[in-house]
Order: sequence, then C-alpha cells, then structure tokens
Amino acid sequence: MTQPRTTLSAADLADWVRAASADLSEHIEELTALDAAIGDADHGSNMTRGFTAAVEALDAETLETPDAVLKRVAMSLISQIGGASGPLYGTLFLRMAAATVGRPELDAPALVEAVEAGVTGMVQRGRAKAGEKTMLDAWCPALDALRSGGAELATAVAAAADAAEHGRDATRDLVATKGRASYLGERSVGHIDPGAASTAIILRALEGVASGRGPVRDPERGADRDPGEGSEQS
Amino acid sequence: MTGIVVVSHSRQLARAAVDLATGLVPGLEVAVEVAAGMDDGGLGTDATQILQAIQRADDGAGVLILADLGSGVLSAQTALELLEPGLAPRVRLSSAPLVEGLVGAYAAAGLGKDLDEVAAEAERAAEAKREQIGPRAQ
Repeated sequence: MTQPRTTLSAADLADWVRAASADLSEHIEELTALDAAIGDADHGSNMTRGFTAAVEALDAETLETPDAVLKRVAMSLISQIGGASGPLYGTLFLRMAAATVGRPELDAPALVEAVEAGVTGMVQRGRAKAGEKTMLDAWCPALDALRSGGAELATAVAAAADAAEHGRDATRDLVATKGRASYLGERSVGHIDPGAASTAIILRALEGVASGRGPVRDPERGADRDPGEGSEQS
Repeated sequence: MTGIVVVSHSRQLARAAVDLATGLVPGLEVAVEVAAGMDDGGLGTDATQILQAIQRADDGAGVLILADLGSGVLSAQTALELLEPGLAPRVRLSSAPLVEGLVGAYAAAGLGKDLDEVAAEAERAAEAKREQIGPRAQ
C-alpha cells in the first residue's frame, strides 16, 4: 500500500497499464462470454493481446513523460488488438497522449482534460454516442464523474471507476446499434456490452493505482497478487 | 503512378482480390500493397501495418486505400491520422466496396491516372453494379 496519488507520473501510468493488463487477463473468460453472446467472442483475447503487448513495450523502455507512455500504449493497442477495439481504444490513448504533451505529471484537472480528449477521439472514430450500447456507455459517465469528482485525484478517479461500472451494467437493457452486436438488434438486449465491461476493468485498475491500493483483490478468487507489484513506485 | 493499398480483416481475401484485379486487367504495372489480417494468421486489421503499406505504395503520386468493412475502415482511418504531414494530403480512403472499387482503381492507376481520377473510378465501379442490377435485386 502507498499513499493516494495527488498526481499521476509516467511510472504511475505504466503501473496502471500493467494492472489493467493483469485484470483483463484475469477476466478474459467473462469478456469472451459477453462477446460470444452479442459478437464474435474475441473481445477477451483481443484485449489481452493488446494490453500484454503494451506492457511489453513499457517494460522494454522506461519512458519519462505521461504523453510518451500513453502514446506507446496507443500504438500497441492499435497494432495488436485486431478488432474495432484497436482503433477505438488506440485513438483514446493517442488523444490522451496529445493532450498531455509537456506535462511531467497529471493532476486531476489534467487527467480530466486528457480523458475528455480521449473520449472525444473515441466518439469521432466510432461515430457513436452514449446510449448505443458501446464502450462509450462506460466512458461517458466515467468522464462526467471525473469532471465533477473534485480536485483530489484519487477521489475523482474512484468516482469515475464507479460510474464506469454502473454504465457497464446499464448497457444490459440497451439495444445495440453499432458494431457487430448491431446485427442482433433487439436480441442484444439482456446482455452487457463487452467494450463497456473492459472499460470498467481498465478504470478500476486506474483507481487502484490512484488510491495507492495496488492491484485489485478479487474476493471470489481468494488469492490476491503480490501486493508489492505495481505499488512500490512513487 | 497512383498507388493502391488493400485493407481487409482477411489476408487471403485481400490477396485474392488483388489476383482478381490483375487477372481482369492484365498487363499493367500498379503499385498495390496489402495490409490485411494479423501476423498470427487471424482475422483483424492493424493501422500500423496499413501505414507501412501506404508508405511502400507511394512514389509521390499518392495512394488510394480500399477497405472492407467495420474495423477495417476504422483501422484505415486511424492510419490516415498517423501519416506524416507531408504524405497525408495525397492519401485517400475510398468508400467504394472492396472488390468493385479495387478493380476500377487498379485499371485507372495502371493507365497512369492521378489520385483524383483513380478515386473517382473506384466510386464509379460501385455505381456500375447498381445500374446493371437495377433498383431492386433481381
């Protein structure tokens, strides 16, 4: 355990990506099942492949600035995810990188600016908006929560993670009008959108880093990962 | 000469489409590059792969991209954003369907047409099919 972060450094962002990668891998079957219900069952493996590649890229070279980390992650996701999440998450991270150029670290307002740029990019790339049963249904409420979450980084990020999870859950009742799930139309109702689910996992991982809590413990599985992993760097 | 890049989730499909174009319009020299499928052999697209294909296909005269659907288009659009500023103005993504657009573009490029004309020819190819079949599928 370390102190809650008041800013996110390049190292913190790298820790976030490592935690997100581990959590996505842990939830691969769940993501696969969600995508099997309303897609082509590859979201779990796509996200795992993409984030594993991002971690490898960050392990290969220590990057000094937030924008360098975010850009490196973007390129890994763009090239390794394979499906629509590649360009979508990749564009999000590319825009976050562009919005953070020149900043040695990100405080709450800077993070808001970055996520705002990222979500705007995702909206432009996917030509989607909230309510269409996509990852935006987790990102948009998360961004709203981040904006109104106050000046304290850890608190704001926690609100964003909570909002992403609620947004994910709310996709259950939506009809898909975008992406592969849109081929199912009304039959997509009753299923959570896999992109919203992976978003919630990714933002919960960010909350773990911002709060100083370290990797998320999964009470259902009993064992948690080495508590020193990812939480030692300040 | 205008270059062409073929983007698809499937490397096999992209290569077969190129074979079709060269078979239907033989005897031409056209710079066609394929950016399709994942390196592990699976379906999918990779904007960095597309970017590299664009760079190979360009000899200064510009490049037209033909893409299949869905994330193929998204990856192509992402690749456009990653282009260096000098190259970007002469790279265009066609909204024509892949096979029809490719054959039209291939022929035009092989005849030495510029990017605008090659792009227009790709768009016309889709129209030709609609005209042939008429307003209702027969």
